[in-house]
Amino acid sequence: MQGLKKMRMPLIFLLVALLFPLFTDNQYYIYVVTLAFIYAIAVYGMNLVGGYTGQLSLAHAGFFAIGAYALGLLTVDANVPYWLAFVLALVITTVIGTLVGLIALRTKEHFFAIYTLCVGYIIYLIIYEWDALTGGVRGLIGIESPAAIGPITFDTGISNYYLILVFLVLTVIFMKFLTESIVGRTYVAIRNSEELAQTIGINTMKQKLISFVISTFLAGLAGALYASFVRFIGPDISYTMMTFDFLMYAIVGGFGTLFGPVVGTLLIVILTQSLQFMEDFRMIIFGPLLVLLVIFYPRGIVGGYQMWKMKRAYKKKQRSVDQGSTYEGGD
Amino acid sequence: MLIETKGLTKRFGGLVAVNDVEIGIEKGKITAIIGPNGAGKSTLFNLISGYHPSSEGSITFKGEDITKKRSFNIAKLGIARTFQTTNLFETATVMDNVIVGHRLRTKSNVFDAVFRTPRLRREEQASRAKAAEVLEFVGLEHEAHRLVQDISQEAKKRVAFALALATDPEIVFLDEPAAGINPDETENLAALIRKMIDRGLTVCLIEHKMQMIMGLADHIVVLNYGKKIAEGTPEEIQTNEEVIEAYLGGGDKHAEAE
Repeated sequence: MQGLKKMRMPLIFLLVALLFPLFTDNQYYIYVVTLAFIYAIAVYGMNLVGGYTGQLSLAHAGFFAIGAYALGLLTVDANVPYWLAFVLALVITTVIGTLVGLIALRTKEHFFAIYTLCVGYIIYLIIYEWDALTGGVRGLIGIESPAAIGPITFDTGISNYYLILVFLVLTVIFMKFLTESIVGRTYVAIRNSEELAQTIGINTMKQKLISFVISTFLAGLAGALYASFVRFIGPDISYTMMTFDFLMYAIVGGFGTLFGPVVGTLLIVILTQSLQFMEDFRMIIFGPLLVLLVIFYPRGIVGGYQMWKMKRAYKKKQRSVDQGSTYEGGD
Repeated sequence: MLIETKGLTKRFGGLVAVNDVEIGIEKGKITAIIGPNGAGKSTLFNLISGYHPSSEGSITFKGEDITKKRSFNIAKLGIARTFQTTNLFETATVMDNVIVGHRLRTKSNVFDAVFRTPRLRREEQASRAKAAEVLEFVGLEHEAHRLVQDISQEAKKRVAFALALATDPEIVFLDEPAAGINPDETENLAALIRKMIDRGLTVCLIEHKMQMIMGLADHIVVLNYGKKIAEGTPEEIQTNEEVIEAYLGGGDKHAEAE
């Protein structure tokens, strides 16, 4: 029961997400929210390696695209059954992620960020230039929707919405179990101080690699879902701007927090859509907003909320302790 | 001897930070390493804890050669250390900071975490119990649920001690534990170090507070310009000519001689 109370907010959120399609007939709204869910899964990937392990990877749009293209090419060109292609897309992304991680993680901090930024750009160039395989700038058209699982089909917007919501919830549960365990504590210890982590017996290279590989897996998962949801992919999904969009979602929601990616992604995606009429001028609003947020809430909306709650709980506890004793002094 | 170094040398480019140092750390005793700034004390710690590879020489722990071992493997053998700066996770609770200290004695991996296997539950319980135990040992059981950023500098030092102790070490290396805290707190910290010895641990520390060292250490090693210039009991060190010279401006003469 204690745990249920703690999970109240997320459960309410889940309920709203489950009921949302019943309250709107507007397919466009459902489309936008589904897209936000997909991005949120990718942002969870970035959040794991960047927010928890402290290694800011800027290659994640690249892995997102690898997942998307792998699924697209396997289903369109190779006629592989959808769910097999889906699994293969995840395997391909993870294998490439492991290879990149093995090299990239030899660098640290800024160098790691710059290195992965370059890796991301190289992935973009490969997709853009390798016309014979990827269709280059024309992209891939006609990717099929997820194949039916038994009697459940995924050919409508609403069915896709629920399918992707299931993947998002699974991602969140996965992240919850992972980050709240001693395994997750290991990642946080590395973010906190790699030096200290090593002296308390953590093989930092191995742990960083594991978290990096999981993060590319999540980016690939999001990419594969994206491909079959939007059914058209072009090289722009691997572009650097996409990585920075993901990064912005993570920072706004709260880097290194469990629910930050969902909150940040939904908020920014919906805000971006509703400010569509302002075209590129909306950046004039976003820029300062982001700066203010980073200054006053460095751990994002969720991080700020948690901090506030933690302090309040501590004060409450202090007060009850004080009332129990004859101690009358102030702080 | 629990730890012995022979001919230990570390060069950074042309600079010889540690030069042919031979020390022995006796089990169950407090060994202090002192010397003027830049004498190579921290580098010596970094070499023993595997953070820097040595250029020459050897380090043995209980007779086993650990010269080439990496730092996380050295920690697993039972050698813990603290840093001059506490490096704690400021926006987490004291408890949360310390739990991970026992991680090296656990085997759970990502699959255990995601499927919440019995092994994970057992090891989490053990890590939490260990954290509670070491926090009580360092006298912080009441601060366990406070954020690290809200506790005093001295308490932070104790958290760093607790983190090192959570690794189940046999020997603890403390790098300037009393830096930046007041005399009363220094006295309390010295008492804690003695308590560690009483519990069967071995301690080796770097410290600049002479009063603390002279009252605390069983054995003192003096480094200057990367070389060991003296060792002995506090009484012997206090009357050692070379040590006095190194501390009281004899450095100039040393420079001229070279």
